[in-house]
Amino acid sequence: MNIFPRIVFVLLGLFIVLNWGLIMAGIIRKIIARLGMRRGIKVFQPYINLIKNYSIRSQLSHGVMFYLGPVFRLSGGVGIFLFMPLIYGSDYWSNFSFTGDLILITYFMFFGMLGMALGAGEGGHPYSAIGISRGLAQFTAIEVPMTLAILSIAIQYQTLSISEIVAAQQGGIQNWTMVTNPLATIAAMLSFLGAMGHSPFNVVMAPQENPVGPPTEYHGTFLGVLQTNRAILHVIEAVLYMNLFFGGASNWGVLIIKTFLIYFWSVFVGMVFPRFRVDQSIPWFLKIPLVIGIAAIVVFII
Amino acid sequence: MSEKKQTEHDKFLAPENRKHTVIGPDGEEIQVDPLNDYFCTDLPKVEAPYKGVLEKFLNWARAESLWVLSYGTGCGSIELPPLFSPRFDAYRFGVAMRPTPRQSGVLIISGYLAVKTLKRVIRSYEQMQNPKYVIALGSCTINGGMYWDSYNTINRLDHYLPVDVYIAGCMPRPEAILAGFNKLKERIKSGNAEGANEYIEKLEWYKANQKKIIKDWNMPSYNW
Repeated sequence: MNIFPRIVFVLLGLFIVLNWGLIMAGIIRKIIARLGMRRGIKVFQPYINLIKNYSIRSQLSHGVMFYLGPVFRLSGGVGIFLFMPLIYGSDYWSNFSFTGDLILITYFMFFGMLGMALGAGEGGHPYSAIGISRGLAQFTAIEVPMTLAILSIAIQYQTLSISEIVAAQQGGIQNWTMVTNPLATIAAMLSFLGAMGHSPFNVVMAPQENPVGPPTEYHGTFLGVLQTNRAILHVIEAVLYMNLFFGGASNWGVLIIKTFLIYFWSVFVGMVFPRFRVDQSIPWFLKIPLVIGIAAIVVFII
Repeated sequence: MSEKKQTEHDKFLAPENRKHTVIGPDGEEIQVDPLNDYFCTDLPKVEAPYKGVLEKFLNWARAESLWVLSYGTGCGSIELPPLFSPRFDAYRFGVAMRPTPRQSGVLIISGYLAVKTLKRVIRSYEQMQNPKYVIALGSCTINGGMYWDSYNTINRLDHYLPVDVYIAGCMPRPEAILAGFNKLKERIKSGNAEGANEYIEKLEWYKANQKKIIKDWNMPSYNW
Protein backbone atom coordinates (compact mmCIF):
# COMPACT_ATOMS: atom_id res chain seq x y z
CA MET A 1 0.00 0.00 0.00
CA ASN A 2 1.13 3.56 -0.65
CA ILE A 3 2.36 5.57 2.29
CA PHE A 4 -0.50 8.10 2.30
CA PRO A 5 -3.43 5.68 2.49
CA ARG A 6 -1.44 3.79 5.14
CA ILE A 7 -1.05 6.95 7.25
CA VAL A 8 -4.80 7.56 6.98
CA PHE A 9 -5.52 4.00 8.17
CA VAL A 10 -2.97 4.31 11.00
CA LEU A 11 -4.65 7.51 12.24
CA LEU A 12 -8.08 5.89 11.92
CA GLY A 13 -6.87 2.85 13.85
CA LEU A 14 -5.42 5.11 16.55
CA PHE A 15 -8.78 6.88 16.82
CA ILE A 16 -10.65 3.58 17.19
CA VAL A 17 -8.15 2.27 19.75
CA LEU A 18 -8.31 5.49 21.79
CA ASN A 19 -12.10 5.45 21.89
CA TRP A 20 -12.27 1.75 22.70
CA GLY A 21 -9.73 2.37 25.50
CA LEU A 22 -11.88 5.13 27.01
CA ILE A 23 -15.12 3.15 26.70
CA MET A 24 -13.44 0.04 28.11
CA ALA A 25 -12.16 2.04 31.10
CA GLY A 26 -15.74 3.24 31.73
CA ILE A 27 -17.22 -0.28 31.42
CA ILE A 28 -14.59 -1.72 33.77
CA ARG A 29 -15.22 1.03 36.36
CA LYS A 30 -18.95 0.29 36.06
CA ILE A 31 -18.36 -3.44 36.63
CA ILE A 32 -16.15 -2.71 39.66
CA ALA A 33 -18.87 -0.41 41.04
CA ARG A 34 -21.57 -3.04 40.59
CA LEU A 35 -19.37 -5.55 42.43
CA GLY A 36 -19.21 -3.02 45.27
CA MET A 37 -23.04 -2.67 45.22
CA ARG A 38 -22.81 0.86 43.79
CA ARG A 39 -24.29 2.45 40.69
CA GLY A 40 -20.88 3.79 39.77
CA ILE A 41 -19.70 6.37 37.23
CA LYS A 42 -21.34 7.03 33.89
CA VAL A 43 -19.88 4.83 31.15
CA PHE A 44 -18.67 7.94 29.29
CA GLN A 45 -17.17 9.56 32.41
CA PRO A 46 -13.57 9.04 31.10
CA TYR A 47 -14.48 11.29 28.13
CA ILE A 48 -15.80 14.02 30.45
CA ASN A 49 -12.69 13.82 32.63
CA LEU A 50 -10.54 14.13 29.52
CA ILE A 51 -12.43 17.20 28.25
CA LYS A 52 -12.30 18.75 31.73
CA ASN A 53 -8.56 18.23 31.99
CA TYR A 54 -7.89 19.69 28.55
CA SER A 55 -10.01 22.74 29.47
CA ILE A 56 -8.13 23.73 32.65
CA ARG A 57 -7.23 27.39 32.14
CA SER A 58 -3.98 27.87 34.06
CA GLN A 59 -1.02 25.52 33.96
CA LEU A 60 2.32 25.51 35.69
CA SER A 61 5.60 24.31 34.31
CA HIS A 62 8.72 23.22 36.15
CA GLY A 63 10.97 23.24 33.08
CA VAL A 64 11.44 21.67 29.66
CA MET A 65 11.66 18.08 30.87
CA PHE A 66 8.43 18.54 32.82
CA TYR A 67 6.74 19.30 29.49
CA LEU A 68 8.44 16.43 27.73
CA GLY A 69 7.52 13.78 30.35
CA PRO A 70 3.91 13.31 29.17
CA VAL A 71 5.04 13.70 25.54
CA PHE A 72 7.53 10.84 25.98
CA ARG A 73 4.84 8.78 27.71
CA LEU A 74 2.40 9.38 24.85
CA SER A 75 5.03 8.64 22.20
CA GLY A 76 5.75 5.38 24.07
CA GLY A 77 2.08 4.37 23.79
CA VAL A 78 1.67 5.57 20.20
CA GLY A 79 5.04 3.98 19.33
CA ILE A 80 3.77 0.56 20.38
CA PHE A 81 0.62 1.20 18.35
CA LEU A 82 2.51 2.21 15.19
CA PHE A 83 4.35 -1.10 14.88
CA MET A 84 1.55 -3.40 16.04
CA PRO A 85 -0.41 -5.39 13.44
CA LEU A 86 -4.03 -5.06 14.59
CA ILE A 87 -6.06 -7.34 12.31
CA TYR A 88 -4.59 -10.59 10.93
CA GLY A 89 -4.48 -10.86 7.17
CA SER A 90 -5.52 -7.25 6.59
CA ASP A 91 -3.04 -5.02 4.82
CA TYR A 92 -5.05 -1.94 5.88
CA TRP A 93 -4.81 -2.59 9.63
CA SER A 94 -1.29 -3.90 9.95
CA ASN A 95 0.16 -0.41 10.61
CA PHE A 96 3.94 -0.22 10.12
CA SER A 97 4.71 -3.74 11.32
CA PHE A 98 7.90 -5.28 9.93
CA THR A 99 10.00 -8.36 10.54
CA GLY A 100 11.66 -7.25 13.80
CA ASP A 101 8.73 -5.41 15.38
CA LEU A 102 8.60 -7.61 18.50
CA ILE A 103 11.95 -6.27 19.75
CA LEU A 104 11.00 -2.65 18.96
CA ILE A 105 7.69 -2.96 20.83
CA THR A 106 9.31 -4.39 23.97
CA TYR A 107 11.69 -1.41 23.83
CA PHE A 108 8.82 1.08 23.49
CA MET A 109 7.12 -0.36 26.57
CA PHE A 110 9.95 0.93 28.73
CA PHE A 111 10.49 4.16 26.79
CA GLY A 112 7.45 5.96 28.20
CA MET A 113 8.34 5.06 31.77
CA LEU A 114 11.83 6.54 31.38
CA GLY A 115 10.51 9.79 29.90
CA MET A 116 8.00 10.03 32.72
CA ALA A 117 10.81 9.47 35.24
CA LEU A 118 12.76 12.45 33.91
CA GLY A 119 9.65 14.65 33.80
CA ALA A 120 8.38 13.72 37.24
CA GLY A 121 11.89 14.17 38.62
CA GLU A 122 11.94 17.77 37.41
CA GLY A 123 8.56 18.37 39.03
CA GLY A 124 10.53 18.65 42.25
CA HIS A 125 7.92 16.98 44.38
CA PRO A 126 9.60 14.40 46.65
CA TYR A 127 6.68 11.99 46.29
CA SER A 128 7.07 12.05 42.50
CA ALA A 129 10.65 10.85 42.88
CA ILE A 130 9.64 8.14 45.35
CA GLY A 131 6.76 7.08 43.11
CA ILE A 132 8.86 6.92 39.96
CA SER A 133 11.69 4.97 41.61
CA ARG A 134 9.20 2.45 42.96
CA GLY A 135 7.44 2.32 39.59
CA LEU A 136 10.63 1.74 37.62
CA ALA A 137 11.85 -0.90 40.08
CA GLN A 138 8.58 -2.79 39.80
CA PHE A 139 8.35 -2.42 36.03
CA THR A 140 11.88 -3.81 35.65
CA ALA A 141 10.79 -6.87 37.63
CA ILE A 142 7.68 -7.16 35.42
CA GLU A 143 9.76 -6.99 32.22
CA VAL A 144 11.98 -9.96 33.15
CA PRO A 145 9.35 -12.76 32.97
CA MET A 146 7.68 -11.03 30.02
CA THR A 147 10.95 -10.90 28.07
CA LEU A 148 11.59 -14.58 28.87
CA ALA A 149 8.11 -15.45 27.58
CA ILE A 150 8.69 -13.45 24.40
CA LEU A 151 12.08 -15.16 23.89
CA SER A 152 10.39 -18.52 24.37
CA ILE A 153 7.87 -17.69 21.64
CA ALA A 154 10.64 -16.42 19.38
CA ILE A 155 12.46 -19.76 19.79
CA GLN A 156 9.22 -21.68 19.30
CA TYR A 157 8.23 -19.95 16.04
CA GLN A 158 11.79 -19.06 14.93
CA THR A 159 10.74 -15.45 14.15
CA LEU A 160 10.64 -11.96 15.67
CA SER A 161 7.75 -10.76 13.52
CA ILE A 162 4.38 -10.45 15.24
CA SER A 163 2.53 -10.98 11.94
CA GLU A 164 4.30 -14.31 11.42
CA ILE A 165 3.60 -15.37 15.01
CA VAL A 166 -0.09 -14.63 14.47
CA ALA A 167 -0.04 -16.46 11.12
CA ALA A 168 1.46 -19.54 12.80
CA GLN A 169 -1.44 -19.66 15.27
CA GLN A 170 -4.26 -19.74 12.71
CA GLY A 171 -6.56 -22.73 12.25
CA GLY A 172 -8.30 -23.08 15.59
CA ILE A 173 -7.71 -22.86 19.31
CA GLN A 174 -5.42 -25.92 19.26
CA ASN A 175 -2.84 -23.82 17.38
CA TRP A 176 -2.83 -20.84 19.76
CA THR A 177 0.34 -20.25 21.76
CA MET A 178 -1.86 -20.60 24.83
CA VAL A 179 -2.12 -24.33 23.99
CA THR A 180 1.19 -24.97 22.24
CA ASN A 181 3.33 -23.09 24.78
CA PRO A 182 1.40 -22.87 28.07
CA LEU A 183 4.46 -22.07 30.22
CA ALA A 184 5.29 -18.90 28.27
CA THR A 185 1.60 -17.90 28.34
CA ILE A 186 1.42 -18.30 32.13
CA ALA A 187 4.61 -16.28 32.67
CA ALA A 188 3.42 -13.53 30.35
CA MET A 189 -0.11 -13.37 31.78
CA LEU A 190 1.30 -13.07 35.30
CA SER A 191 3.55 -10.20 34.21
CA PHE A 192 0.52 -8.67 32.43
CA LEU A 193 -1.08 -8.23 35.86
CA GLY A 194 1.75 -5.89 36.81
CA ALA A 195 1.86 -4.07 33.48
CA MET A 196 -1.82 -3.06 33.67
CA GLY A 197 -1.47 -1.32 37.03
CA HIS A 198 -4.36 -2.95 38.86
CA SER A 199 -4.29 -4.41 42.34
CA PRO A 200 -2.25 -6.28 43.66
CA PHE A 201 0.49 -4.38 41.80
CA ASN A 202 -0.88 -0.84 41.85
CA VAL A 203 0.77 0.50 44.98
CA VAL A 204 2.99 2.54 42.65
CA MET A 205 -0.05 4.53 41.55
CA ALA A 206 -1.96 4.20 44.84
CA PRO A 207 -3.67 7.53 45.40
CA GLN A 208 -3.97 7.69 49.15
CA GLU A 209 -0.75 6.01 50.23
CA ASN A 210 1.76 7.89 48.15
CA PRO A 211 0.04 10.85 46.49
CA VAL A 212 -0.58 9.43 43.00
CA GLY A 213 3.06 8.57 42.50
CA PRO A 214 4.77 9.93 39.38
CA PRO A 215 1.96 12.23 38.14
CA THR A 216 1.68 14.12 41.48
CA GLU A 217 2.57 17.45 39.89
CA TYR A 218 0.86 16.84 36.54
CA HIS A 219 -2.40 18.69 35.99
CA GLY A 220 -4.61 20.04 33.25
CA THR A 221 -3.38 19.26 29.75
CA PHE A 222 -0.36 17.33 31.06
CA LEU A 223 -2.68 14.98 32.91
CA GLY A 224 -4.99 14.87 29.89
CA VAL A 225 -2.08 13.64 27.72
CA LEU A 226 -1.25 11.00 30.35
CA GLN A 227 -4.90 9.85 30.43
CA THR A 228 -5.03 9.70 26.62
CA ASN A 229 -1.90 7.58 26.64
CA ARG A 230 -3.34 5.32 29.32
CA ALA A 231 -6.41 4.59 27.20
CA ILE A 232 -4.27 3.77 24.15
CA LEU A 233 -1.71 1.77 26.14
CA HIS A 234 -4.21 -0.49 27.86
CA VAL A 235 -5.80 -1.54 24.58
CA ILE A 236 -2.58 -1.87 22.62
CA GLU A 237 -0.83 -3.98 25.29
CA ALA A 238 -3.87 -6.26 25.35
CA VAL A 239 -3.58 -6.42 21.54
CA LEU A 240 0.08 -7.44 21.91
CA TYR A 241 -0.86 -10.31 24.24
CA MET A 242 -3.74 -11.25 21.96
CA ASN A 243 -1.36 -11.45 18.98
CA LEU A 244 1.30 -13.39 20.84
CA PHE A 245 -0.77 -15.88 22.82
CA PHE A 246 -4.41 -15.90 21.77
CA GLY A 247 -4.36 -16.26 18.02
CA GLY A 248 -4.72 -12.60 16.97
CA ALA A 249 -7.94 -11.18 15.55
CA SER A 250 -9.38 -11.51 12.05
CA ASN A 251 -11.75 -8.53 12.44
CA TRP A 252 -12.48 -5.60 14.77
CA GLY A 253 -15.26 -7.44 16.63
CA VAL A 254 -12.92 -10.27 17.62
CA LEU A 255 -10.25 -7.72 18.59
CA ILE A 256 -12.63 -5.86 20.88
CA ILE A 257 -13.90 -9.03 22.59
CA LYS A 258 -10.42 -10.51 23.04
CA THR A 259 -8.79 -7.30 24.32
CA PHE A 260 -11.66 -6.83 26.76
CA LEU A 261 -11.29 -10.37 28.12
CA ILE A 262 -7.48 -10.05 28.38
CA TYR A 263 -7.76 -6.71 30.15
CA PHE A 264 -10.52 -8.06 32.35
CA TRP A 265 -8.14 -10.79 33.58
CA SER A 266 -6.07 -8.12 35.35
CA VAL A 267 -9.22 -6.44 36.73
CA PHE A 268 -10.58 -9.79 37.94
CA VAL A 269 -7.39 -10.58 39.82
CA GLY A 270 -7.34 -7.03 41.16
CA MET A 271 -10.86 -7.35 42.55
CA VAL A 272 -9.99 -10.58 44.35
CA PHE A 273 -6.55 -9.86 45.76
CA PRO A 274 -5.44 -6.96 47.95
CA ARG A 275 -2.39 -4.82 47.24
CA PHE A 276 1.20 -5.93 47.50
CA ARG A 277 3.78 -3.53 48.84
CA VAL A 278 6.62 -2.83 46.38
CA ASP A 279 9.02 -4.90 48.49
CA GLN A 280 6.57 -7.81 48.22
CA SER A 281 5.65 -7.44 44.54
CA ILE A 282 9.22 -7.32 43.17
CA PRO A 283 10.32 -10.59 44.89
CA TRP A 284 7.03 -12.15 43.74
CA PHE A 285 7.80 -11.35 40.08
CA LEU A 286 11.35 -12.59 40.53
CA LYS A 287 10.13 -15.88 41.99
CA ILE A 288 7.05 -17.48 40.41
CA PRO A 289 6.76 -15.85 36.94
CA LEU A 290 10.55 -15.81 36.51
CA VAL A 291 10.89 -19.54 37.20
CA ILE A 292 7.99 -20.33 34.85
CA GLY A 293 9.58 -18.07 32.22
CA ILE A 294 12.94 -19.86 32.49
CA ALA A 295 11.16 -23.21 32.30
CA ALA A 296 9.40 -22.03 29.11
CA ILE A 297 12.79 -21.44 27.49
CA VAL A 298 14.47 -24.57 28.87
CA VAL A 299 11.66 -26.75 27.43
CA PHE A 300 12.46 -25.55 23.91
CA ILE A 301 16.25 -25.79 24.30
CA ILE A 302 16.01 -29.40 25.45
CA MET B 1 10.76 42.71 46.60
CA SER B 2 11.89 46.05 48.05
CA GLU B 3 14.35 46.15 50.97
CA LYS B 4 11.83 47.53 53.50
CA LYS B 5 9.16 45.04 52.53
CA GLN B 6 11.71 42.25 52.77
CA THR B 7 12.62 43.06 56.39
CA GLU B 8 8.94 43.28 57.33
CA HIS B 9 8.53 39.93 55.74
CA ASP B 10 11.56 38.46 57.52
CA LYS B 11 10.01 39.13 60.93
CA PHE B 12 7.79 36.08 60.67
CA LEU B 13 10.09 33.91 58.61
CA ALA B 14 10.95 30.48 59.90
CA PRO B 15 14.73 30.07 60.38
CA GLU B 16 15.06 27.72 57.41
CA ASN B 17 13.42 30.31 55.14
CA ARG B 18 15.80 33.19 56.05
CA LYS B 19 18.83 33.97 53.90
CA HIS B 20 21.58 31.55 54.85
CA THR B 21 24.71 29.83 53.60
CA VAL B 22 24.79 26.23 52.48
CA ILE B 23 27.99 24.20 52.18
CA GLY B 24 28.09 22.27 48.91
CA PRO B 25 29.44 18.74 48.42
CA ASP B 26 32.88 20.06 47.39
CA GLY B 27 33.08 22.48 50.32
CA GLU B 28 31.96 25.57 48.35
CA GLU B 29 29.72 28.10 50.13
CA ILE B 30 26.40 28.91 48.46
CA GLN B 31 24.22 31.89 49.49
CA VAL B 32 20.56 30.88 49.57
CA ASP B 33 17.51 33.14 49.77
CA PRO B 34 14.79 30.45 50.04
CA LEU B 35 11.74 32.64 49.32
CA ASN B 36 13.23 33.97 46.08
CA ASP B 37 15.28 30.94 45.05
CA TYR B 38 12.88 28.11 45.83
CA PHE B 39 9.51 29.79 45.17
CA CYS B 40 7.94 31.71 42.32
CA THR B 41 7.28 35.31 43.37
CA ASP B 42 5.01 36.23 40.43
CA LEU B 43 1.35 36.97 41.06
CA PRO B 44 -1.38 35.13 39.14
CA LYS B 45 -3.30 36.65 36.23
CA VAL B 46 -7.01 36.56 35.49
CA GLU B 47 -7.77 33.82 32.94
CA ALA B 48 -10.75 35.08 30.97
CA PRO B 49 -13.35 32.42 30.09
CA TYR B 50 -14.21 31.70 26.45
CA LYS B 51 -17.49 32.99 25.10
CA GLY B 52 -20.67 31.36 23.87
CA VAL B 53 -21.31 27.69 23.17
CA LEU B 54 -17.72 26.60 23.69
CA GLU B 55 -17.59 27.88 27.27
CA LYS B 56 -21.00 26.35 27.95
CA PHE B 57 -19.75 22.98 26.74
CA LEU B 58 -16.55 23.24 28.80
CA ASN B 59 -18.55 24.30 31.86
CA TRP B 60 -20.76 21.24 31.38
CA ALA B 61 -17.64 19.03 31.37
CA ARG B 62 -16.25 20.83 34.43
CA ALA B 63 -19.54 20.40 36.28
CA GLU B 64 -19.83 16.71 35.44
CA SER B 65 -16.28 15.95 36.54
CA LEU B 66 -15.70 17.40 40.00
CA TRP B 67 -12.41 16.30 41.47
CA VAL B 68 -12.33 17.00 45.18
CA LEU B 69 -9.13 17.49 47.13
CA SER B 70 -8.89 14.82 49.83
CA TYR B 71 -8.38 17.32 52.58
CA GLY B 72 -10.52 17.68 55.67
CA THR B 73 -10.62 20.44 58.23
CA GLY B 74 -12.58 20.17 61.44
CA CYS B 75 -15.23 17.62 62.30
CA GLY B 76 -17.07 17.75 58.95
CA SER B 77 -14.41 15.70 57.20
CA ILE B 78 -15.90 12.59 58.82
CA GLU B 79 -18.98 13.12 56.63
CA LEU B 80 -16.95 12.88 53.42
CA PRO B 81 -15.78 9.20 53.35
CA PRO B 82 -19.39 7.85 53.47
CA LEU B 83 -20.06 9.79 50.24
CA PHE B 84 -18.10 7.15 48.36
CA SER B 85 -19.71 4.19 50.10
CA PRO B 86 -22.45 2.16 48.32
CA ARG B 87 -25.15 3.99 50.28
CA PHE B 88 -24.43 7.47 48.93
CA ASP B 89 -22.13 6.74 45.96
CA ALA B 90 -21.02 10.20 44.87
CA TYR B 91 -19.20 8.68 41.87
CA ARG B 92 -22.51 8.59 39.95
CA PHE B 93 -22.52 12.42 40.02
CA GLY B 94 -19.01 12.54 38.55
CA VAL B 95 -17.45 13.38 41.91
CA ALA B 96 -14.09 11.78 42.70
CA MET B 97 -11.38 12.37 45.28
CA ARG B 98 -7.89 13.39 44.20
CA PRO B 99 -4.94 13.30 46.58
CA THR B 100 -3.06 16.27 45.14
CA PRO B 101 -4.19 19.91 44.83
CA ARG B 102 -2.71 20.14 41.34
CA GLN B 103 -5.31 17.76 39.96
CA SER B 104 -8.33 18.76 42.02
CA GLY B 105 -10.91 21.40 41.23
CA VAL B 106 -13.03 21.48 44.36
CA LEU B 107 -11.89 22.31 47.88
CA ILE B 108 -14.30 21.38 50.67
CA ILE B 109 -13.81 23.33 53.89
CA SER B 110 -15.45 20.81 56.14
CA GLY B 111 -16.15 22.60 59.39
CA TYR B 112 -14.44 25.04 61.74
CA LEU B 113 -11.24 26.53 60.44
CA ALA B 114 -8.46 27.05 62.98
CA VAL B 115 -5.92 29.79 62.25
CA LYS B 116 -3.22 27.17 61.91
CA THR B 117 -5.32 25.24 59.39
CA LEU B 118 -6.23 28.40 57.46
CA LYS B 119 -2.61 28.70 56.41
CA ARG B 120 -2.64 25.14 55.00
CA VAL B 121 -6.00 25.77 53.33
CA ILE B 122 -4.67 28.87 51.58
CA ARG B 123 -1.59 26.99 50.40
CA SER B 124 -3.73 24.14 49.08
CA TYR B 125 -6.23 26.49 47.42
CA GLU B 126 -3.53 28.50 45.67
CA GLN B 127 -1.86 25.35 44.37
CA MET B 128 -5.08 24.34 42.63
CA GLN B 129 -5.51 25.41 39.02
CA ASN B 130 -8.08 27.78 37.55
CA PRO B 131 -11.07 27.12 37.44
CA LYS B 132 -11.49 25.95 41.04
CA TYR B 133 -14.44 25.92 43.40
CA VAL B 134 -14.89 26.07 47.17
CA ILE B 135 -17.67 24.35 49.09
CA ALA B 136 -18.12 25.50 52.68
CA LEU B 137 -19.58 22.82 54.90
CA GLY B 138 -21.33 23.42 58.20
CA SER B 139 -22.36 26.47 60.18
CA CYS B 140 -18.82 27.15 61.36
CA THR B 141 -17.79 28.35 57.92
CA ILE B 142 -20.77 30.73 57.67
CA ASN B 143 -20.58 32.64 60.95
CA GLY B 144 -18.32 30.61 63.23
CA GLY B 145 -21.15 28.41 64.50
CA MET B 146 -20.55 27.16 67.98
CA TYR B 147 -16.97 28.44 67.77
CA TRP B 148 -17.98 32.03 66.97
CA ASP B 149 -16.12 33.46 70.02
CA SER B 150 -13.21 31.02 69.96
CA TYR B 151 -9.73 32.52 70.20
CA ASN B 152 -8.23 30.55 67.33
CA THR B 153 -10.89 29.92 64.69
CA ILE B 154 -12.05 32.23 61.93
CA ASN B 155 -15.74 33.11 61.67
CA ARG B 156 -16.50 33.96 58.05
CA LEU B 157 -14.79 31.87 55.43
CA ASP B 158 -15.65 34.18 52.54
CA HIS B 159 -13.34 36.84 53.97
CA TYR B 160 -10.41 34.56 53.17
CA LEU B 161 -11.45 32.49 50.14
CA PRO B 162 -14.20 33.00 47.51
CA VAL B 163 -16.93 30.48 48.42
CA ASP B 164 -19.22 29.02 45.76
CA VAL B 165 -21.66 26.97 47.80
CA TYR B 166 -22.51 26.95 51.49
CA ILE B 167 -24.02 23.84 53.05
CA ALA B 168 -25.58 24.79 56.36
CA GLY B 169 -25.96 22.40 59.29
CA CYS B 170 -24.06 21.06 62.23
CA MET B 171 -23.15 18.62 60.81
CA PRO B 172 -24.74 18.35 57.34
CA ARG B 173 -25.43 14.73 56.48
CA PRO B 174 -24.00 13.17 53.30
CA GLU B 175 -27.36 13.73 51.55
CA ALA B 176 -26.96 17.47 52.15
CA ILE B 177 -23.43 17.34 50.74
CA LEU B 178 -24.73 15.59 47.61
CA ALA B 179 -27.36 18.33 47.28
CA GLY B 180 -24.52 20.84 47.65
CA PHE B 181 -22.62 19.17 44.81
CA ASN B 182 -25.69 19.43 42.61
CA LYS B 183 -26.05 23.11 43.52
CA LEU B 184 -22.41 23.65 42.60
CA LYS B 185 -23.02 21.90 39.27
CA GLU B 186 -25.91 24.26 38.49
CA ARG B 187 -23.72 27.21 39.38
CA ILE B 188 -20.86 26.04 37.16
CA LYS B 189 -23.20 25.32 34.24
CA SER B 190 -24.74 28.80 34.53
CA GLY B 191 -21.25 30.27 34.23
CA ASN B 192 -21.32 32.06 37.59
CA ALA B 193 -18.70 29.97 39.36
CA GLU B 194 -15.73 32.21 38.60
CA GLY B 195 -14.32 32.14 42.14
CA ALA B 196 -10.77 31.57 40.96
CA ASN B 197 -10.77 34.75 38.87
CA GLU B 198 -12.57 36.67 41.62
CA TYR B 199 -9.82 35.66 44.04
CA ILE B 200 -7.17 37.03 41.69
CA GLU B 201 -9.09 40.28 41.03
CA LYS B 202 -9.50 40.99 44.74
CA LEU B 203 -6.19 39.43 45.73
CA GLU B 204 -5.07 42.45 47.79
CA TRP B 205 -8.24 42.39 49.90
CA TYR B 206 -8.05 38.64 50.48
CA LYS B 207 -4.34 38.80 51.30
CA ALA B 208 -4.88 41.67 53.76
CA ASN B 209 -7.58 39.65 55.54
CA GLN B 210 -5.44 36.54 55.58
CA LYS B 211 -2.36 38.33 56.90
CA LYS B 212 -4.44 39.98 59.62
CA ILE B 213 -5.21 36.54 61.02
CA ILE B 214 -2.04 34.60 60.23
CA LYS B 215 0.68 36.20 62.34
CA ASP B 216 3.52 33.87 61.32
CA TRP B 217 3.30 34.31 57.56
CA ASN B 218 6.38 32.29 56.59
CA MET B 219 5.56 31.57 52.97
CA PRO B 220 5.57 33.50 49.69
CA SER B 221 2.63 35.90 49.11
CA TYR B 222 1.14 33.54 46.54
CA ASN B 223 1.80 29.80 46.82
CA TRP B 224 2.01 28.56 43.24
